[in-house]
Amino acid sequence: MAEAPLPVKPESRWRQTAQSDLFYAFKQSPVAMVSAAVVLGLVLAAVFAPLIAPTNPFDPATLNLMNGFTPPMEPNAFTAQTFMLGTDDQGRDVFSTILYGMRTSLFVGVAAVLFAMVLGVTLGLIAGYTGGWLETTIMRTADVQLTFPSILVAMLIFGVAKGVTPLEYRDQMAIWVLILAIGLSDWVQFARVVRGATLVEKNKEYVQAARLIGRNPGAIMWRHILPNVMSPVLVIATISLALAIIAEATLSFLGVGAPPTQPSLGTLIRIGQGFLFSGEWWILLFPAVTLLVLALSVNLLGDWLREALNPRLR
Amino acid sequence: MLAFIIRRVGQSLFVLLIVGLVAFSMFRFVGDPIDNMLGQERTAEDIDRLRTQLGLDQPFVVQYYKFLEGAVQGNFGISYRQGRPVIDILLERAPATLELAAVSGFFAIVFGVALGVVTAIRRKGVLTNTIMSVSLVGVSLPTFLVGVLLIYLFSVELGWLPSFGRGDTVSLGAWTSGFFTESGLKALILPSITLGLYQMTLIMRLVRSEMLEVLRQDYIRFARARGLRDRAVNFQHALKNTLVPVVTVIGLQLGSIIAFAIITETVFQWPGAGLLFINAIQFVDIPVMAAYLMMISVMFVGINLLVDILYFFIDPRLRIERSGGH
Amino acid sequence: MDDSVLSIRGLSVEIPTRHGIVRPVDGVSYDISAGEILGVVGESGAGKSMAGNAVIGLLTPPAHIAKGEIWLNGRRIDQSKGDAMRRLRGKEIGMVFQDPLTSLNPLLTIGDQLTGTILTHLPLSGAEARNRAVAALEEVGIPGAAERIDSYPHEFSGGMRQRVVIALALCCEPSLVIADEPTTALDVSVQAQIIALLKRLCRDRGTAVMLITHDMGVIAEATDRVAVMYAGRLVELGIVQDVLTAPEHPYTHGLMASTPLASLGKNRLHQIPGAMPRLDAVPEGCAFHPRCPYATDKCRKSPVPVVTDGRVACWHPLVHEKVV
Repeated sequence: MAEAPLPVKPESRWRQTAQSDLFYAFKQSPVAMVSAAVVLGLVLAAVFAPLIAPTNPFDPATLNLMNGFTPPMEPNAFTAQTFMLGTDDQGRDVFSTILYGMRTSLFVGVAAVLFAMVLGVTLGLIAGYTGGWLETTIMRTADVQLTFPSILVAMLIFGVAKGVTPLEYRDQMAIWVLILAIGLSDWVQFARVVRGATLVEKNKEYVQAARLIGRNPGAIMWRHILPNVMSPVLVIATISLALAIIAEATLSFLGVGAPPTQPSLGTLIRIGQGFLFSGEWWILLFPAVTLLVLALSVNLLGDWLREALNPRLR
Repeated sequence: MLAFIIRRVGQSLFVLLIVGLVAFSMFRFVGDPIDNMLGQERTAEDIDRLRTQLGLDQPFVVQYYKFLEGAVQGNFGISYRQGRPVIDILLERAPATLELAAVSGFFAIVFGVALGVVTAIRRKGVLTNTIMSVSLVGVSLPTFLVGVLLIYLFSVELGWLPSFGRGDTVSLGAWTSGFFTESGLKALILPSITLGLYQMTLIMRLVRSEMLEVLRQDYIRFARARGLRDRAVNFQHALKNTLVPVVTVIGLQLGSIIAFAIITETVFQWPGAGLLFINAIQFVDIPVMAAYLMMISVMFVGINLLVDILYFFIDPRLRIERSGGH
Repeated sequence: MDDSVLSIRGLSVEIPTRHGIVRPVDGVSYDISAGEILGVVGESGAGKSMAGNAVIGLLTPPAHIAKGEIWLNGRRIDQSKGDAMRRLRGKEIGMVFQDPLTSLNPLLTIGDQLTGTILTHLPLSGAEARNRAVAALEEVGIPGAAERIDSYPHEFSGGMRQRVVIALALCCEPSLVIADEPTTALDVSVQAQIIALLKRLCRDRGTAVMLITHDMGVIAEATDRVAVMYAGRLVELGIVQDVLTAPEHPYTHGLMASTPLASLGKNRLHQIPGAMPRLDAVPEGCAFHPRCPYATDKCRKSPVPVVTDGRVACWHPLVHEKVV
């Protein structure tokens, strides 16, 4: 009589990831590894900004206007303080503003993508599962929205939201409005993918079985279908994050994003551009280079990820 | 084929109506138009009079209809910020944006297609690798960053090119053009590179990938097997087949140039419709926002429609299939 | 040599891969004379198409000719590269591909594709080229050639398109035509027509034909001589009636016995046990020995002498009784 096979301890998630094809491809690509390292470094710098930054540039109590316009690495004429990357017009240490600025940029980017993902996935599930006029409405709205570039949609949403916010709250609410705007401009691709995948899953046996048992649609969508449609969603989410960060920087630069009281890298660049011709080049250049490095690394990583996950190229 | 056109036009009109609804809602519900137009010292009579004058006491649908009616005639009301008719302001600023868009688009298409073809024909090699790396940078960087860095390099450090404005312009009737003066042309250079760079890299990558795909096809192999020269294979056979699917995407891309002009115009303080729109958002000048939205929509929807119909004429296979086939 | 149109001597094509060197063509030799149709038959992956690609110079890198010689009309061509080789293609060597649905450029009229080819090789005017194109279409049996010359490929059926392909291959009067599975993608009813067309055209012009196929019916119908390939090697070469009715190589014998007709009256289709080896795992000695019912030690150890002027590459060729 054959023995029952011994239970095999499932490998830990870390093990599985380390042995997966994706990780192997990652190790093979110097570009992917370098850009991932850079992104990670910048993210950590942003997260730990309060610990790393020599000053908190947005605490008015610590500012000294006399420090303004100090060039990098040179002692200030009045206070003899030296700042690694110089100071801006308000006397803020540029290095600190960059760190805090990145914080804002990353926060908005991540929050916006999460919002878009939750909204898009929910609508996609409903559209795919329920069908009928609800599906048509959702998908038609998606189509109409897609005719326009998402940045335009975000700008418009920001403008309208600003219009309905009372004046005194506008600066405070700006960040949340920005997240709303970018999120709302981005939900469509999530919805489309999830709807497509839901349509496929809907006809599978496990869904039919759940229906027969009498589970309610919400439960079916949430517990049964959702886990199976998540993998393309995660791919889109990573790429969306890169786009969201850039969108946020653009909107802030244009003045319809993060305000100067809570600036992101985009806002800093906008401020810096104003001082280009008066000779204080550092106020522009350092935030600009930081954004350049961040954008480039995130895009390289996203590009690599897309190619690595593309089944056609295997 | 007529049925197809009618259906597409119908869809386009539907989209425009929806956008119109959104624009109108903005108009009606964001802020109080009365507040925005009358100053501090206003009497109850003033408010009532204005209310009736603006038709604000009418039902929603009537107001919507009136709005659409006005829109079709080009009447979008008065700008809150400037106190002038919106349509006048828009028409004044349009030539600047259109000239910028035209030059950028031209630059993007010509270089995009050329570089795409070159990198597809020479798959490997130093030139191709360099171009591909630069293109990756072009696609990753936000437009405004490119503009700002170009200004830093060419205006501040080198002092070769102007960093803002259109330079001197010449009036030709209702149109103002920057093409005819030296400073006008110089002023066009940095902005058009900034605006066109992203589109150019997109087009280049698209053309390259399409062409590589086409070059893999059997009929290309057969053409080579018949001894056709490389030039003939690449340009008479492969290029045509590459451009057909690409032309639609290019068309759609060009539409977005006008929207992205907003960013470039802000960087360079280019006095076009895009800068007008941004200022309108900052000042919550609803009539201008609504009008810009409508005009942009008409443009986008129109381009989509045109491209769809154009595709019909380019691909002979579609013609036969749609009309019944042999 | 002598007066053959095509002469392949000891041709080997190699492809370096991660697992080592793969030889889709291994020491193959055969000749084709003017007006003769040589069938090259074998299973998929046996290397028959590769030999054709090598002759016309369309091997995709990293595949390359490693050994051997290719002679065309008394000139050696395996070393020719670039423009010299290009001039031969279409003019001296024509090729017919398998799938008529993908062989023609969908965005060019067949007239353009024909005149383009003609003008590349022949010093004619535009009008003359067009006349020649119409004539070519008529010869392959396209009705209403003068009107249809300006049609697009998708306006023709599969069989018609293959006729157009043949017209394209022959329009510059090559001395050799390589037909790579010309009927495999066609309906059975159309296959016979196309084969007959090919036969007729080539007999009339004295063109040498390399007809590559895996279909024994086509071999029986159309060819004068046949070359049987297995695992990249040539195992039998001879006059088609001889090879089909009295095959000397056990593999050929197995092939003949496997055709449905041969199994009429029996309960099961005859099969050769096992499968042809992958080209990166070819057995030592005779490539066929693992599946051969007559294999001996000699077969397992010693590589078989290559077929040159002889008939068969086997240590123990089958002997058939002569039927009087």
